[in-house]
Amino acid sequence: MAARGHLVGALMFLIAAAVGPALPDWAVSLAAIAFANALVVLGLVVMWRAGLVSFGQALYYCIGAYAVALIARWTGFTDAVALVAIGGVGAGIVAALVGFLLARYREIFFAMLSLALSMILYGVLVKTESLGSTDGFSVATPTFFGLSLHGDKLILALYWLTLGIDAIAAAAVGYYFRSIAGALAAPIRDNEIRVEFLGVSVTGIVHGKVVIAGTLGGLGGALAALTIGHVDPAMAYWTTSGGFVFVTILAGAGSVAAAFVGSLLFEAARSIAVDVMPGLWQMLLGAVLLLTILFLPEGLGSLAARVGKRGEVKR
Amino acid sequence: MSARTRILPALVALAAVAAVLPAGAQQPATVKLGIVSFLTGPAASPFGIPGRNGAEIVIEALNAGKAPPPFDKVGFGGSKVEAKYVDEAGSAANVVTEFRNLVQRDQVDAVVGYVSSGSCLAVTPVAEELKALTVFYDCGTPRIFEEKPRRYVFRVSPHATMDNVAAARYVLAKKKNITSYSGINQNYAWGQDSWRDFEGAMKVLAPKATADKVLFPKLFAGEYGAEISTLLTSKSQILHTSFYDGDLESFIFQEQARGLDKRMTIIMTTGETAIWRLKDKMPDGTIIGARGANGPLARDTEINRWFQKIYTDRYNTPPTYPAYQMAQSLLGLKLAYEKAAAAGGKPNADAVAAAFTGLEFTGPAGHVKMALGEGHQGITETAYGTYKFNKQTKMPEIVDIVRFPAECVNPPPGIDADKWIAGGMKGAKC
Repeated sequence: MAARGHLVGALMFLIAAAVGPALPDWAVSLAAIAFANALVVLGLVVMWRAGLVSFGQALYYCIGAYAVALIARWTGFTDAVALVAIGGVGAGIVAALVGFLLARYREIFFAMLSLALSMILYGVLVKTESLGSTDGFSVATPTFFGLSLHGDKLILALYWLTLGIDAIAAAAVGYYFRSIAGALAAPIRDNEIRVEFLGVSVTGIVHGKVVIAGTLGGLGGALAALTIGHVDPAMAYWTTSGGFVFVTILAGAGSVAAAFVGSLLFEAARSIAVDVMPGLWQMLLGAVLLLTILFLPEGLGSLAARVGKRGEVKR
Repeated sequence: MSARTRILPALVALAAVAAVLPAGAQQPATVKLGIVSFLTGPAASPFGIPGRNGAEIVIEALNAGKAPPPFDKVGFGGSKVEAKYVDEAGSAANVVTEFRNLVQRDQVDAVVGYVSSGSCLAVTPVAEELKALTVFYDCGTPRIFEEKPRRYVFRVSPHATMDNVAAARYVLAKKKNITSYSGINQNYAWGQDSWRDFEGAMKVLAPKATADKVLFPKLFAGEYGAEISTLLTSKSQILHTSFYDGDLESFIFQEQARGLDKRMTIIMTTGETAIWRLKDKMPDGTIIGARGANGPLARDTEINRWFQKIYTDRYNTPPTYPAYQMAQSLLGLKLAYEKAAAAGGKPNADAVAAAFTGLEFTGPAGHVKMALGEGHQGITETAYGTYKFNKQTKMPEIVDIVRFPAECVNPPPGIDADKWIAGGMKGAKC
């Protein structure tokens, strides 16, 4: 089962990578941003399975983005792969530190505390006039192992880099879900005390999930910063976190793949909505979310599972 | 079979992206413009919608060939203008994505728009990379042309430094013996930059006066009880604010209940956007700015009367400064396009950019000179005035208008606005 899942997953990423050169630039750029954001959603899925909702995932997203932008600005170091790695590790370290606090809280307290932390970062960045306050600043054009690319080649390279990191993250999170710590997510959600009686530290597992989600958030932010070419404090604002939760609800926590498909569908839907109804596009997005909650309470991921099950019954 | 059904969601997603590919080649007879401004959100009603309306009415008049000379050619050089309106709301990622969509998917010939300085800063490098002709109409940050010289990006509207330097000059010309001044500005880039420029200009022009209360409430706070209490304890003669829309209106209602405007004169750098809505709710004696000689501060010329008339006839309210900025931007682009088209055929972005660089023309808001940023950033004269509600006509009026020449309130070419103010505004020709 696991081996087949890997195969299908790898195939999906290969197909996505292969169609890249055939798509126009704007679509590649849209998909690159969507797949970068999908990493943050994947992190939310990791926590979601244990019943934890973070309304402050933008904290790590923003840390990843600003780490990349500031290193490039201050040191002139522009290697994309290394920058993204630094963004992810930096956010992971911050997550490990705040995790000592966060891991002790659940439910609404967890959500609100994570929100508060992200808003502290937002407040600090808004006050930092030397970094352009809310206007933000631009990110230097990245290089790839000393190779400097431009135009459509640069976008394609960033798209492939995003897909590569997505594939690694998807495999790692898939592995984590099958590990004991990952498998204990649902029991933690249902009854923490029983899990404790098994001799497992729930706080430790939650802490681990916070770090995993934080690292993924940082990687997503770093990739998004390179693709957009601009960072601003709004990346840490609670509406950004809310957007990621929106996509998580849309995608559902059923599978790893749902995070990626959900994120791509969300970006495409938003872009089409802006195109067809410039003054009312939020209403279209709201309607999509409402319909998802009403008819697919488990998210888009459950749709694939349902189709899959029906196929199995027929066989 | 099962494997194929699992790939299905991915294929659906890709199909969704592919479905919006450009359907066919564009008609050669039209010039396609992307017009971007806030159509939703808090910045829509004061800036975005007047900008959009300004674009709509000007493009209509140009396509009918009904604009006064030298703008009387149909559309852009005889080609009809087709506009696509896009919302600016959303993150920097959304703004950049939609900009790419306009340029690469919709194949527009130029993009005119953007209210937020953050949007302008995010779009600029993309526009340069895509070689896409872009004219910013409202955003104020001087950083765009100070960070790097640009090739395809232009801004006809002057940057925000002028607004606050002129505010300081007006205050000092009209009020004698100012010993202290205070400020209340929103805690984000626009508010911080506005205050920094105003305070810098005051330090140069009135070195003896001191800044007393410097308040930065949260953006869109809406409730200013504590700030008004603080200001009521101040001996400042004037209060500087760059508030707009909801924040401006809430502040005006709340301060009037406690008589703050009786104690100190309020100077509103963007106050003009609110006067037609507030009418007698705006306190008399308030100093009003319009980010240039726009709206009631514009000179009474033929082209200004024309623009006032077509706008008021359509929207039942006089045009405010964002509408003027949009009109100026479109008229400048039209002249540059026609200058480039004179060489024959449909001009490309490089040709229009070359014609736009250093352009000079006179529009509804007066004479523009693309003088800064190596010919990419416009400067104009500006004006400030004092608000008075005419009880007979029940209409707002701006009296005591003082005009400041462009070279008096804008830095000379080649020096950053911040450094120019800090260095004592050398080279100002007043």
